[in-house]
Amino acid sequence: MSPTSDKPNPLAALTLRNVTKRFNGAAGCVTALDDITLDVKEGEFLVLVGPSGCGKSTLLSLLAGLDQVDEGAIRLGDEPVRSPGRDRLVMFQQDALFPWLNTLENVMFGLRLKPDLTEAERLESARYYLSLVGLADKEKARPHELSGGMRQRVALARSLAPNPRVLLMDEPFSALDALTRDQLYRDIQDIFTKRKKTIVLVTHNIREAVCLGDRVVLLSPNPGRVRQIFDINLPRPRRINDPELASLAAEVTDALSSHLSRSQEGLA
Amino acid sequence: MKLPRFVIPTLVAVIFLGGWEWFVRVGHVNDVLVPAPSQILKWFWDSLLNGELLSATWVTMRRLIIGFAIGAALGVPLGALCARVRWIRDTLGVLALGLQTLPSVCWVPLALLWFGQEESALLFVVVMGTIWAVVIAVQESVLNVQPLYLRAAMTMGSKSWHLWLRVILPAALPGVLSGMKQGWAFAWRSLMAAEIFVVILTGFGLGSLLHAGRELLRMDQVMGVMTVVVLVGLLADLIFFAPLERWLRRSRGL
Repeated sequence: MSPTSDKPNPLAALTLRNVTKRFNGAAGCVTALDDITLDVKEGEFLVLVGPSGCGKSTLLSLLAGLDQVDEGAIRLGDEPVRSPGRDRLVMFQQDALFPWLNTLENVMFGLRLKPDLTEAERLESARYYLSLVGLADKEKARPHELSGGMRQRVALARSLAPNPRVLLMDEPFSALDALTRDQLYRDIQDIFTKRKKTIVLVTHNIREAVCLGDRVVLLSPNPGRVRQIFDINLPRPRRINDPELASLAAEVTDALSSHLSRSQEGLA
Repeated sequence: MKLPRFVIPTLVAVIFLGGWEWFVRVGHVNDVLVPAPSQILKWFWDSLLNGELLSATWVTMRRLIIGFAIGAALGVPLGALCARVRWIRDTLGVLALGLQTLPSVCWVPLALLWFGQEESALLFVVVMGTIWAVVIAVQESVLNVQPLYLRAAMTMGSKSWHLWLRVILPAALPGVLSGMKQGWAFAWRSLMAAEIFVVILTGFGLGSLLHAGRELLRMDQVMGVMTVVVLVGLLADLIFFAPLERWLRRSRGL
C-alpha cells in the first residue's frame, strides 16, 4: 500500500550534454568535469564510480542544482536544471538530519514544503516511509539517539517521502559498518523495485555499484571524464556476496586500474 | 559513608557566616564598616516589610527585562543581517565587535543628555549592554551553521524565510543562547552602575537603594542590596538560562 497523496509521477530522464565544471583553487583553475554527456533513463538505477578526485560528487551537486555548470546543460525531462528542487532529492554521505527535530519531524520537513498536501496526508506519507525503512517505532527519537545506520535510514525516508522524481545519493553507505550496509542494500533495492524511481548513486565501492546499479558509469580523474559504461543485467534482488556479481565487479575494477596505470605512465 | 552533596556547602556557609558574626560581635571590627550577617538580615527583613526592597527590585527588574528584550529583539535580526550580507558584516559587524568591548556604563553621560533623567535613559544603557553581544553571537553562530544542513534543506525546497526560520536559526540556537546570556550579564552590570551613578526621577531601583545606603553610612543596607543583586543574577540563570541550556543539550545530545 502506498500513501494516497502520491500521485504517479511521469518518470523522468536526466540528460547531461557536454557538461564542464571548473574550480578555482590554490593550484589555479582545475577542471573537475570535462565534457560529460550522459543520459539517465526513466526509472533507471545509475551508479557513478571512480577514484577520488574524478568529480563524481561534483556531478551529483550539479544534478541537485546545488552547483552550476560552467558549460553544457543538464535537463530533467524538458526542464533545465538550474537550482535545487523537490523533484531531485539528495541523500548525503552524512545523514544531514536536523538535530532539533525528531525522526517524524525530520521526515515531515520536506513534506511540509509541498503546499498541495493536507497535514493528514503528510503524516500518512511520513509514517508510511518510516515503516518502509523499518523505523515506525522510532518516530519520537532524536537523531542523536539513533545509530548511524538508523540515521541513514531516516535520511532515506526523508528523501523518499516527498515523492521526488529523482533520488540522488552521494556515498550514503560509506560511513556504515558492513552489516548495516548489507541491510540498506536490500532496503534500497526493495524500495527501487516497489516504487520505481530514477536513482543516481555516487560511490567508490565497486561491489556496491554492481550490486545496486542497472548501469555503472566509470569516471576517470584529472579531468573527470566518462571512461566506460557497464550494463549490469543481473536479476534483483541482488546479494553483495553473489559470485556472479563479484566477477562483474572484478571486471570493472580491472578497467579502473588499467586506466589508472595508463594515466600514471602518461604522467611519468 | 557517602555524605549527601549539600552537606559540605551548608557546613562551609554556617562556619563562614558564624565566624563573621562572632568576629563583629567580639568587636574586632567596627560594625559601621563591616556589619554582622544578623544586621544585614535585619535590614533585609525591615525593608521587605516596609515594601522598599520589593519596589526597588521591581523597578530594576522591569528596566532590565524590557531593555534586554529590546536589545535581543534588535540584536537577533541585526546579527542575522551581518551574517547574510558581506558589506553589513564589514561595517555594522565590525562596529558591534568594537562596541561590545565598551563597558556600556560609558553610554550613561550621552543617555542622560539625550533622554534626560528618565526611564528611557536607563533603558538605552541596558539595550546598549545587550545588543552588541547578541549581534556578534548571532552573526558567528549563523556563519558556523553546517553547510550540509543548508544543502539538505535547499534540495527539499526550503529557501529564503523558510530556510532562515526553520533551519538557520534553529541550527544557530545554541550559539545565540550563549550570546544572550552574555548580553544579559553585560546589561545587568551596566544597569547597576548606571543606577548608582545617576538619580533617575521616575523610579528608585536597587542601585539607588545601594547609593542611599552609602550616603547614610548604612553598610548593612549596602551589603544587603549587594546580596540581592547577586541573588537576582543567580535566579535569572537558574530560572531562565540553565533550563534552556539543559533542554538544548538534552534534545540535541550535545
